[in-house]
Amino acid sequence: MSKESKKFEDDPDTTGHVWDGIEEFDNPMPRWWLWTLYLCIIWAIGYTIAYPAWPMINQATTGVLGWSTRADVANEIAAVEEGNAAINAKLASVELTAITSDAELNTYAASAGNAVFKTWCVQCHGAGAAGAKGYPNLLDDDWLWGGDMAAIHTTVTHGIRNEDSDDARYSEMPAFGRDELLEPAEIDQVVNYVMSLSGDAQDVEKVAAGAVVFEDNCSSCHAKDGTGDREQGAPNLADAIWLYGGDYATLTETVSNARYGVMPAWNTRLTEWQIRAVTAYVHQLGGGE
Amino acid sequence: MSESNPSPSLYAAREPVFPKEVSGKFRNLKWIILAVTLGIYYLTPWIRWDRGPSLPDQAVLLDLANRRFYFFWIEIWPHEFYFVAGLLIMAGLGLFLFTSALGRVWCGYACPQTVWTDLYILVERWIDGDRNSRLRLHRQKKLDLRKVRLRLTKWTVWLLIGLATGGAWVFYFADAPTLLIDLITGNAHPAAYTTMAVLTATTFFFGGFAREQICIYACPWPRIQAAMMDEDTLVVGYREWRGEPRGKLRKTSPEAEVPQGDCIDCMACVNVCPVGIDIREGQQMECITCALCIDACDDIMDKIGKPRGLIDYMAVSDETDGRAGQAPRNIWKHILRPRTIMYTTLWMLVGFGLVFALFIRADIELTVAPVRNPTFVTLSDGSIRNTYDVQLRNKHGEQRQFQLSVTGDPTLRLQIEGTPYASVPVAANAAHQQRVYVISPKGTAPSTRDATPFRIWVEDNANGERAYKDTTFNGKEN
Repeated sequence: MSKESKKFEDDPDTTGHVWDGIEEFDNPMPRWWLWTLYLCIIWAIGYTIAYPAWPMINQATTGVLGWSTRADVANEIAAVEEGNAAINAKLASVELTAITSDAELNTYAASAGNAVFKTWCVQCHGAGAAGAKGYPNLLDDDWLWGGDMAAIHTTVTHGIRNEDSDDARYSEMPAFGRDELLEPAEIDQVVNYVMSLSGDAQDVEKVAAGAVVFEDNCSSCHAKDGTGDREQGAPNLADAIWLYGGDYATLTETVSNARYGVMPAWNTRLTEWQIRAVTAYVHQLGGGE
Repeated sequence: MSESNPSPSLYAAREPVFPKEVSGKFRNLKWIILAVTLGIYYLTPWIRWDRGPSLPDQAVLLDLANRRFYFFWIEIWPHEFYFVAGLLIMAGLGLFLFTSALGRVWCGYACPQTVWTDLYILVERWIDGDRNSRLRLHRQKKLDLRKVRLRLTKWTVWLLIGLATGGAWVFYFADAPTLLIDLITGNAHPAAYTTMAVLTATTFFFGGFAREQICIYACPWPRIQAAMMDEDTLVVGYREWRGEPRGKLRKTSPEAEVPQGDCIDCMACVNVCPVGIDIREGQQMECITCALCIDACDDIMDKIGKPRGLIDYMAVSDETDGRAGQAPRNIWKHILRPRTIMYTTLWMLVGFGLVFALFIRADIELTVAPVRNPTFVTLSDGSIRNTYDVQLRNKHGEQRQFQLSVTGDPTLRLQIEGTPYASVPVAANAAHQQRVYVISPKGTAPSTRDATPFRIWVEDNANGERAYKDTTFNGKEN
């Protein structure tokens, strides 16, 4: 209270530190504080015995309790898998169309499929499933081999141009230029015709000539109107979507050398429920049929 | 402090404190605050509040599992956590205000450590008796049957209070009646038992044994609040100019040559102090301004026929006047000053802001996150499609049908994933994540422009309430 610094007989000594005239008492620490320090030391010793602690040459001491983060994660994964076992079994056994008609199953399959996709598919199809040149965009409404659940399931299971599986998808486009099936002038004409199918205005004479070339050489697979044939994996040439590119140079290269896209068969690496899950995921990306 | 020590030890044992019973206006005020605060703490979880069939009927509930905070008619969602932040800011500013006006009034009256310690001392007094018998019991080395019985009784009651304290805490996080049955039948979640055990142990230990040690050594708040106090802050102090020189009351005539102050050195103020200090030594770090010494001293002053207020709430700025024999200024002259007015203004600003925010809160909300991987998709007919993850929030206690639409460009068309309809049901009191496509036909402006701003609307079909979010449409430039 008082302004003049008032000292009492029982004041402890000061430490000798002075800040702006304020002195520091040299008060003793509370005894229990010391005991908490000792307790912490004892606890620390016990902890290092019980849990992984001391770094050795190869690895840290494992601790007598045998606890490890790795085992914890393994247990958690096992618990999740056990919890999902029933719905995974259901996913693997129901009709494919029953997956999309069951809202709960479809939601589960799509989110589980997302995880499968992120692990196994993004390397080619991209994290957003938008694909790249030669790797189909899975978000659009254009499908080489079909976009319903059964078609996607077959593609994922057996792959494309995969020699280990008899059920794999195979598309066999002749290399019209390399194998000299068409003259360069004919290729020029048919490319102009194909570009005109999707609305790009082209040289009228070449288009007319190209229509004849197309009719004779291409329509058996790509259909007379150029809309393609999913049975053979022959793409629709009349829509706005190009797997390799729709410009003149790219199309000339495609007609001359053909394209042989590949995709692994996933039945050797994924379980049936995983394949169905990723099928459901791809199906709901925006173009499912 | 203890007697002087010629060779100071590095460590000192705790000096046990045996506060004597006291009565007076501050003691009564403290009893009332104790009853009210403990009553609020223990009983609040049991208040029911009807919110309809799909929502919990507990008035105050922190529903961590469903991420909702219910407070009577208010319901806070996670994205509205700023309400909680605002309340904490108000609590902080309120604390600053009271500290600048009345010193450590929080410590002395309302702090849980003080309140529960007070309750534990009350129990101690009931079982062991008042200060003198407790002192005797403490000094009695022999552990006879009576001491064992008293100790066990006291600790049992303390433990029960601790158990009730820990128990009350967990009731705020789950339906209290259900949880109580689960706790008794052993079916409650381990987290509930662990929380109860920890809080029971800390209450028992802090209130029964650590007491003032928590305030002196563990709590950071006493160290901080000096920054908010000044010479006008009312703190508990001793008018030493009136009390000194202290000495035994002499019934002799006043013309005795030795001058005498009002303090008769009866130690009443020291004996009632819960932190074991002598307030006559001036303001001290340990003092929690519980004002019990004021009650004790006033009682003595009444008995010896001297005016009250030898120990009193006083401001440092009154000291000079006091020494000159003048009465202290009106307490409002101390309390109303720029610092307290500023704290009050800030406190009210935050409070009004929160109330305002509460009233303009919408019952339906949406957030729109454009999917940017990829920014757009070309469809087979050449149209351009953008994808948006729309979160729809329905705060009504019933399911509502939410209509979605777009404005900003007439060519843009909205399509909800998985349904041909333009509306989607959102469950009661829930957030619904909905993937939405916006399509622009081939050749239109949005499909060929890098970015076209537009607006996504949501309308509650039941009452026409609307909300919107602005976003952009990305087209294919070339």
